[in-house]
Amino acid sequence: MPTKHTIVALVENKPGVLNRMASLFRRRGFNIESIAVGLSETPDLSRVTIVVDGATTMVEQVRKQLAKVIDVVRVSDISDTDLVARELALIKVKASSVTRSEIMQIVDIFRANIIDVGTDSVTVEVTGDEDKINSLFNLLRGFGIRELARTGRIAMTRGGSNSLREKEAPKTHTRKPKT
Amino acid sequence: MKMTGAQIICESLVREGVDIVFGILGGAVLPFYDTLPQFPQLHHILVRHEQGAAHAADGYARATGKVGVCFATSGPGATNLVTGIANAYLDSAPMVAITGQVARPFIGKDAFQEVDITGITLPITKHNYLVLEASSLAKTVKEAFYLARTGRPGPILIDVPRDVFIEEAEFHYPSKIDLPSYKPTLEGHPAQIKKAVKLIDEAQRPVIIAGRGVSISGAYTELKQLVETAQIPMVTTLLGIGSFPESHILNFGMLGMHGMAYANMAVDAADVIIAIGMRFDDRATGRVSGFAPNARIIHIDIDPAEIGKNVRVDVPIVGDVKAVLKELNKLVAPTERIKWVQQLEDWRKEHPITEDSHSAGLLPQYIVHQIYQMTKGDATIVTGVGQHQMWAAQHYWYDKPNRFISSGGLGTMGFGLPAAIGAKIGCPDSTVWLIDGDGSFQMTIQELATIAQENVAVKIAIFNNGYLGMVRQWQELFYGKRYVATSLTCPDYVKIAEGYCIPGVRVTRREEVIPAIAQAMAASGPFLIDFLVEPEENVFPMVPPGASLIEFIERPRNMVKALSDSAKLPVSNI
Repeated sequence: MPTKHTIVALVENKPGVLNRMASLFRRRGFNIESIAVGLSETPDLSRVTIVVDGATTMVEQVRKQLAKVIDVVRVSDISDTDLVARELALIKVKASSVTRSEIMQIVDIFRANIIDVGTDSVTVEVTGDEDKINSLFNLLRGFGIRELARTGRIAMTRGGSNSLREKEAPKTHTRKPKT
Repeated sequence: MKMTGAQIICESLVREGVDIVFGILGGAVLPFYDTLPQFPQLHHILVRHEQGAAHAADGYARATGKVGVCFATSGPGATNLVTGIANAYLDSAPMVAITGQVARPFIGKDAFQEVDITGITLPITKHNYLVLEASSLAKTVKEAFYLARTGRPGPILIDVPRDVFIEEAEFHYPSKIDLPSYKPTLEGHPAQIKKAVKLIDEAQRPVIIAGRGVSISGAYTELKQLVETAQIPMVTTLLGIGSFPESHILNFGMLGMHGMAYANMAVDAADVIIAIGMRFDDRATGRVSGFAPNARIIHIDIDPAEIGKNVRVDVPIVGDVKAVLKELNKLVAPTERIKWVQQLEDWRKEHPITEDSHSAGLLPQYIVHQIYQMTKGDATIVTGVGQHQMWAAQHYWYDKPNRFISSGGLGTMGFGLPAAIGAKIGCPDSTVWLIDGDGSFQMTIQELATIAQENVAVKIAIFNNGYLGMVRQWQELFYGKRYVATSLTCPDYVKIAEGYCIPGVRVTRREEVIPAIAQAMAASGPFLIDFLVEPEENVFPMVPPGASLIEFIERPRNMVKALSDSAKLPVSNI
């Protein structure tokens, strides 16, 4: 049964590493839903967060294959752990002088920001989990969407330990109250 | 000391103990070849096609246990290596392939003879490198050899632009490897080993399946101790052949699609399977859902990704086979399993593998048996892929490690001739026989020129049946005897050999077999025998595609029924 998996990895910051990782998914016919790459707490190491839909046994096989890639320092499937996950989206919405204030109200409710205003558009920046971004997007759709860019998920396990430093990511933590 | 990139590579190879390299030059590697004479320690074997270079390096690696090295130029030279690299990858053979690349300013511009060989070989190498400055060459070569031979061995490719060969840099050969992300687990987890011991001690009908990991790890004595102490009957995979003496009473031969009937019966009846350094390939397991249905499985492998990949495993032990077996041997209780061993012995008697009397014609099985007799079981046998490969596996008895060299995972026709060259050059004192099919042989036949040029004393036995025999067998059994595109018009191989100044004879009848083999053995250099064997001889036993191991077919007495059953089988990896 396909389920959504969040895989995080620490990788050497070298050319071709992403290609090596992505090809392991491609070979098995997995569609990568999102992939986010950036710096990590360690110099020279990048942090990759991959979201993929697949049967657990297959994803586990890919995780093991990822661990074999020489440039992959650590990799973990943190789907079953208590985690915090966020993504960022930029949404450019059609806005006239009539609709602009309504859009601003919606943006306020979602604690999003307007980061650019044009004569006939506004650009909204929103951070949150996928559901929040989807909800905001759906509400703004009525005004007409010019452009949408999403970063894809980045994630960490809750609590004090490093998602990738521990052999086994901790399973339970006291959940922080949702803000 | 300042050196050119080419000198740095040569010096690094020498430091790694390399003395033989296989390859073909071309534009992008010219500066490198120009440097070779400065390093007389490196003997370069000129092959006739880069695929031959890769297979020769592979054969050399398997025969010697050392890392095989091959060279090719950019573009087509590099792509011609691809099959050989994939072959080494699938069979975990240690290899370093060095390719020339177009000069740095031309990379990515579709320059003459440019291909993205690191991109192409990404899924078939353990790791690969594109080296963009001469100063990192020494470190790269050091890492490449370390990666190729440690952990689960495999091929490493180093792509070097033409101008990097010429660029000068200070030469420092690193004494240490700095690969924070690469730390193969060598020691098995003690708790897992204890669990395995408990299972083994309590087992009524245990069976060991030994794979190529045993010989890679050099765990022969440890395996022997386990088998003998706990009286555990064992079988091998195709590439596990030789990991344990085949004439030993507790060795029940090869399992799988063309495995011994009794080996497959043993696995089917087992209550505990101890899988050692093997990866449950579909040719070894048959239908997975019917594999060892009553057994709990212990799997020892150095590659964690192999655990649970194809078959559910009850006790996984990740580690080096030798280290794990050492620990197991400390704990496993000496046990008598008279009844179980007797049962397997009965099956062995009921289903003998020896078969050379069902036809008066020139049977391949008979020839293999004669080669076995006359070489006193002491030759290194290299094969191509097909029926002849299975006969060479079934009818020669391998008592020593690394004496059966064959393409397992990739099933590469054409592997035989160049691999035999590599094996003979690696082990000049051993007798090397190439047992090849006429289809397989023609795929790399050009390497006869390499044999002639280097006077490599390989003895070549071609089983010439005028067909792509294994495919024809499938057409006969599973495609209504419609022989589409399997019939071959073969050249006169003796004349071909003569063209390369290699002596040879043609054999058409049984009584000529022994004299011909004797003549080949008496020849000081290479020798070719073209055996015109029974054209439609089949390999038995056979587990039909999609069937489980126990549903093997033997020579005709039960074939008709088994075939009608196999028609109902589910889709499989044919």
